[in-house]
Amino acid sequence: MIIDHPLLGPCDAQEFTYKGDACLIDRPEGLGDGAEAAFHDYAYLRDNPAGLHRELWFHEQGDRSWLVVTRNTLTHEIVGVELARDVARSRGRGR
Amino acid sequence: MRLKTGGQIDRSTALRFQFDGRDYCGHPGDTLASALMANGVRLMGRSFKYHRPRGVLSAGSEEPNALVMLRSGGRCEPNSRATVAELFDGLQARSQNAWPGLKFDALAINDRLSNFLTAGFYYKTFMWPAAFWEKLYEPMIRRAAGLGAITTAPDPDAYDKGFLHCDLLVIGAGPAGLMAALTAARAGARVILADEDFRMGGRLNAESYGIDDIAGADWAAQAVAELASLPNIRLMSRTTVIGAFDHGIYGAVERVADHLPTPPEGKPRQILWRIYSKRAILCAGALERPIAFANNDRPGILSAGALRAYANRWAVSPAESVAVFTNNDDGHRTAADLVARGVKLAALIDTRADAPHCPGVELLAGAQVTDTSGRLGLRAITVRLANGQARKLKVGALGVSGGWNPNLALTCHQRARPLWDDAIAAFVPGPDLPSGMAVAGAATGAFSTHAALAGGAGMAMQALADLGMTGTAPDLPRAEDTPTRITPFWHVAGNKRAWLDLQNDVTVKDVKLAHQEGFRAVEHLKRYTTLGMATDQGKTSNMGGLAVMAELTGQSIAQTGTTIFRPPYTPVALGTLAGRFTGREFRPTRLTPSHHWAVEQGAEFVEVGQWLRAQYFPRAGETHWRESVDREVLATRGSVGVCDVTTLGKIDVQGRDGAAFLNRIYCNGFAKLAVGRVRYGVMLREDGIAFDDGTAARLAEDHFVVTTTTANAVPVYRHMEFARQCLWPDMDVQLISTTEAWAQYAIAGPNSRKLLQKIVDAEFDISNDAFPFMACAEITVCKGCPARLFRISFSGELAYELAVPARYGDALIRRIMAEGAEFDITPYGTEALGVMRIEKGHAAGSELNGQTTALNLGLGRMVSTRKDSIGAVLSRREGLNMPDAPHLVGLRPLNPQSRIPAGAHLLEIGAQMVAANDQGYLSSACYSPCLQSYIALGFVKDGQKRLGHKLRALSPLTGEDVEVEIVSPHFIDPQGERLRA
Repeated sequence: MIIDHPLLGPCDAQEFTYKGDACLIDRPEGLGDGAEAAFHDYAYLRDNPAGLHRELWFHEQGDRSWLVVTRNTLTHEIVGVELARDVARSRGRGR
Repeated sequence: MRLKTGGQIDRSTALRFQFDGRDYCGHPGDTLASALMANGVRLMGRSFKYHRPRGVLSAGSEEPNALVMLRSGGRCEPNSRATVAELFDGLQARSQNAWPGLKFDALAINDRLSNFLTAGFYYKTFMWPAAFWEKLYEPMIRRAAGLGAITTAPDPDAYDKGFLHCDLLVIGAGPAGLMAALTAARAGARVILADEDFRMGGRLNAESYGIDDIAGADWAAQAVAELASLPNIRLMSRTTVIGAFDHGIYGAVERVADHLPTPPEGKPRQILWRIYSKRAILCAGALERPIAFANNDRPGILSAGALRAYANRWAVSPAESVAVFTNNDDGHRTAADLVARGVKLAALIDTRADAPHCPGVELLAGAQVTDTSGRLGLRAITVRLANGQARKLKVGALGVSGGWNPNLALTCHQRARPLWDDAIAAFVPGPDLPSGMAVAGAATGAFSTHAALAGGAGMAMQALADLGMTGTAPDLPRAEDTPTRITPFWHVAGNKRAWLDLQNDVTVKDVKLAHQEGFRAVEHLKRYTTLGMATDQGKTSNMGGLAVMAELTGQSIAQTGTTIFRPPYTPVALGTLAGRFTGREFRPTRLTPSHHWAVEQGAEFVEVGQWLRAQYFPRAGETHWRESVDREVLATRGSVGVCDVTTLGKIDVQGRDGAAFLNRIYCNGFAKLAVGRVRYGVMLREDGIAFDDGTAARLAEDHFVVTTTTANAVPVYRHMEFARQCLWPDMDVQLISTTEAWAQYAIAGPNSRKLLQKIVDAEFDISNDAFPFMACAEITVCKGCPARLFRISFSGELAYELAVPARYGDALIRRIMAEGAEFDITPYGTEALGVMRIEKGHAAGSELNGQTTALNLGLGRMVSTRKDSIGAVLSRREGLNMPDAPHLVGLRPLNPQSRIPAGAHLLEIGAQMVAANDQGYLSSACYSPCLQSYIALGFVKDGQKRLGHKLRALSPLTGEDVEVEIVSPHFIDPQGERLRA
């Protein structure tokens, strides 16, 4: 597969390490009430879509960016690649 | 026999070769198959199961039968297809699966036993007793039913891997591929044309008809010459595209030197290419399929198109007198060509009652071949005429055509499934082709030469348009445009065995049996009968098997469907997939900065991941590794020792939020770590399991150095980058791995400070007061060399770790050894390091094994409840905090000299050895020279409360059974007085 890195252009997927569902960005707050239930869901529950899937890839043999790649799990077509940092910010993550 | 004239062979040059020890001659342009045929050899192998005599079926890579061992010694290659093995002077080939010889094969007895050897016979016959399977049945079957034998000698040749990029990849250089390549290359596109043959042209080389006013083969040669003159095309003959992968990536194997006795100096034997294409056109042609009839597997019975190819391209015929058996018009073309080439044609047998007349040939319309004879090669065939009468024909060869299948394997390597086309009675490429792929020519089911040329040009124009390039549609040369006329006919009815799959000895009867026993789905049919397995993957046989099953179930072939085509298209040698990554080059070897020095000391080395680390340093007179390791431990604890710890991961953390960041990465507190201090820290995974441990040293307000275990250097860095970029993207923190940038030595033992005071520059006070346990500083050593000093201890002794830029690492170890001479300094390796950390009760990789929590490790109180750190929440869940949760403990054998096996499980004394009684397990064990006893670390249920309790350590694997006592894991200096001294 080829991943079109937002900064570096097309790169072979072999340069990347796969992590999993991009929902891992949405880490719950650890000190609030109900943290244990929220972390259970965060750590263990995943959708397994036949179709578009947003997932985290790490450009380990490259610039060490974490990317959010939107990939069709049926065809392997990649329809979007974003810097995970930008995605995290857009989902309200900061410091 | 060789025909008097013609053929694309160089008759002026003779090539000598051997088959089964006999000498033969051929010519350049020959394959091993054509050369053997020219020498009158029809028998080339024995079949897989029944050891039936077999010859050539095809003239290409689809060959199921003529498999031979090529070459000898380390270059011996079994299961090579004689039909694609290019002849060279001195080639050696041997038949396989025959003993004592090809003409008399003892295991041909299997053929007589065929009633017992039908599909599924292994499972039925060799079921009982179960223990016999592994020891008796399987080895016996493997010896009897086999292909070639691999050599155990190392392969002397090199195999390479390479990467290519192009606008358009054209797969196959027949008329469609050549036209596509010409159209695209003339327009300036970067084109790769790959063809598995050593001569480009595809069927044009095998046919008698012309293009425009010249022979097809000559037109192909002209096209190749024009392509070769263009700078923007790469012509790759002897190159098989083996797989279509995601996003326009193709795998291809180029046989660079298979046609030479040995590869030229410095050249690889084969290259595995990864081709990145923007567009691809598959022009893989079509493969002819046989018709099944009784005894249709004898040497001399070929595909009709192959018989024609041998006559036209190689000027050979397997026999003087031949016949053709067909259900379609293409068989007539074979008949006509053979007559034109001067071969005596006994008859053209056509299953169709309304078969068209074929000039100059005796046509037996509406007839079928019902049987054949000839023990080691075809002698005669029996034909049932349209009027029901039988007629025997004496022929040495028979060409069979059941129609042609578009060669669409590569279209299915992603998710496309082929579609049935009634007009040609074959599957054609379906929708959902791999992205960027188009198909042209016979591979689409358009079988005429004109259709191939037009399709190739048209698809190339489309590809150019897709790429935003402009091309000129070529004037198509004149070529035959005969329609495909076929009446499907799959097998001649009868009681005798009629072969569908020659490679796996699957007959019509076997498919009937599979149907009868309920294995009716195509994938079940394949597994039950082995139809379509092994080296040819059913290229010539699958279709017939499906058709017979469709007939039996009453479904259409379209409903019956096909099995899935998967890469590789043709077999690939493991050496090619391995490339240069063999032996020592299997993966990179990382050397520590003291490596060359350690070699000089005669160190023994151990692989730790990619690293090569000194394991121990044997001295003259030491005969066992334990002697060296015990000495190194005692010398270190007695005076001073030094060990290269460069391999531990080092991550440089900088930024205003560095402390806050580490506070979330580690489960214990880091926010308040003072500058100039080091802290031990444990990282958890988000699920609460311990991930890694190490230290973080605060060199400045905004500068930390984190260390990781050797094994987790990469995963920890990845994890920290994930946290930095994905969880807290606005923290002011930067990370970089500096593992290789610093050479780092542990200097341990009561004299370590005295030694360091000789090396550290005088302006830096490293006295116990100025530089206490867990201090760190940026200093200089050896009069100005920048360095970092950490007062940390893995051994439990007064100890330091000293880091200098990696380029000074070699000089530093030599200086340490020179300055340490007065203290009898001893270098120690990973074994002594391990012994000392077990004696001290420090966890390492065996304890941080992905199943243990901070609580299990005795570090439960480190997990701060006052902050949010990764893994903290789930580390508190109930299941990980049960009253009988395992704890890290020390274990001592009641008899100090009883070895304790690491990995042993612990049971109450007298308890039965069943899992329910398991009390825990041993993670690390060693001999402690300080305690003069074997010792171990392990996890025991509620272990901390059971100190003094006795258990059995049991290893069913080694048979060892030792009584042990639970003790504190800190065997040495439990109060930590030494490391604070």
